Amino acid sequence: LSAGRSSVAGALVMDKPTSYDDLTHYNNFYEFGTDKSDPGRLADSLQTRPWTVTIEGAVQKPRTFGIDDLLKLAPLEERIYRLRCVEGWSMVIPWIGYSLSQLLRQVEPTGNAKYVEFVSQANPAQMPGLRSGVLDWPYREGLRLDEAMHPLTLLAMGLYGEALPKQNGAPVRVVLPWKYGFKSAKSLVKIRLVEQQPVSSWTRAAPQEYGFFSNVNPHVDHPRWSQATERRIGEDGLFARKRPTLMFNGYEAQVGSLYAGMDLKKYY
Amino acid sequence: MIQRWLLHPAAKPVLWLLLAAPAASLVWRGFHDTLGPNPAEALIRGLGDWTLRLLCLTLLITPLRRWTGWHALARWRRNLGVATFLYGTLHWLAYAWLDQGLDWPALVHDVAKRPFILVGTAAWLAMLPLAATSFNAAIRAMGGRRWQDLHKTVYGIALAALLHFFWVKAGKNDFAEVAVYGLVVLGLLAWRWRRWRIGD
Repeated sequence: LSAGRSSVAGALVMDKPTSYDDLTHYNNFYEFGTDKSDPGRLADSLQTRPWTVTIEGAVQKPRTFGIDDLLKLAPLEERIYRLRCVEGWSMVIPWIGYSLSQLLRQVEPTGNAKYVEFVSQANPAQMPGLRSGVLDWPYREGLRLDEAMHPLTLLAMGLYGEALPKQNGAPVRVVLPWKYGFKSAKSLVKIRLVEQQPVSSWTRAAPQEYGFFSNVNPHVDHPRWSQATERRIGEDGLFARKRPTLMFNGYEAQVGSLYAGMDLKKYY
Repeated sequence: MIQRWLLHPAAKPVLWLLLAAPAASLVWRGFHDTLGPNPAEALIRGLGDWTLRLLCLTLLITPLRRWTGWHALARWRRNLGVATFLYGTLHWLAYAWLDQGLDWPALVHDVAKRPFILVGTAAWLAMLPLAATSFNAAIRAMGGRRWQDLHKTVYGIALAALLHFFWVKAGKNDFAEVAVYGLVVLGLLAWRWRRWRIGD
């Protein structure tokens, strides 16, 4: 995939990108198994073409897009984002895509659209992890509409100059660099604009641990571990000290205003 | 035949070589950077997995003796127990060093904050008196009965270790592995409870 460098503020961090090998062999993608090496071994079975993404709900022009339509809908940009997993590790990934807002504008959300719900592919014939009862499938995630329309919210279709590897959420996913990784739903098949706040899969599974917002926040610990520090995959070796986690994963200047006045301990 | 092997002078050195192999493999892979993208996590978890496996093996010795009549296995029970303690120690040290960077205030905070680490740490501390009394002179000094009673705390330790592992996996709703270890540990404890009830 050819892509120009993004001009969106904050879209190109200076951190050293994680190696292709690491970011394709250390994945949380439970549709293929709960071990981080499972997606890299098993995701080959996912059929990514033909592929459609249906956008429905509170929109003037509901529509189903083929993956090729999506690839041509707007100029592809390269964006280098930090990724912080809720488990306490992080990566730096050179994604390719464009702002989700460009897609959402095409379908013209109505005044009733307050939230966006993302639904991932759930095909048991291609995704062996669906046999486990770890989560309620299909995987669902959600955002407030203003979060979804933020220019940093990326609709990603590639990384490292090529189409998305299957274990990273092919053929199309969202990427929210200031939120914990699980908010960035993979292998999207449906995007719904809705009036009520959607319940995401992880919130349904463990509401006291995974909130709707799940913004990266070093001051609000996960109930079972601290979120103050993180280990950068491939860089912070065996004996390296973990590095401090940044507020909003370092994107506070860009996204802090979305949460002005909110108690982030309550709305975790 | 099997009994003869178990009593062979080379049996114990071979046993200890086998017991050292998983740790040696983990450390070797750690230094050669082949533990995957997150080597610290792989090392800590690998040592934890082996602690639990050795604990199960230790608890298996007595039922195995009963079922097979290989009474020479009794010589191995304390060896396996000590190995369990050593793996638990490595597991805890790897956590303190690789995960917490030996930052003691952060570590104390972390242990207090995270129930699964608190339970894991408690299980490890509870192994200390057992490891400290694992030599013959200690049995003589304490008397067999009191020694036996002290070492029955291993059942509580096994349950604590199981709870520790359950909580590690619970946040991610991933119970497949926990179920396997749970069946083994609870099965071994149930076997003892049944024997105790029928007064055997």
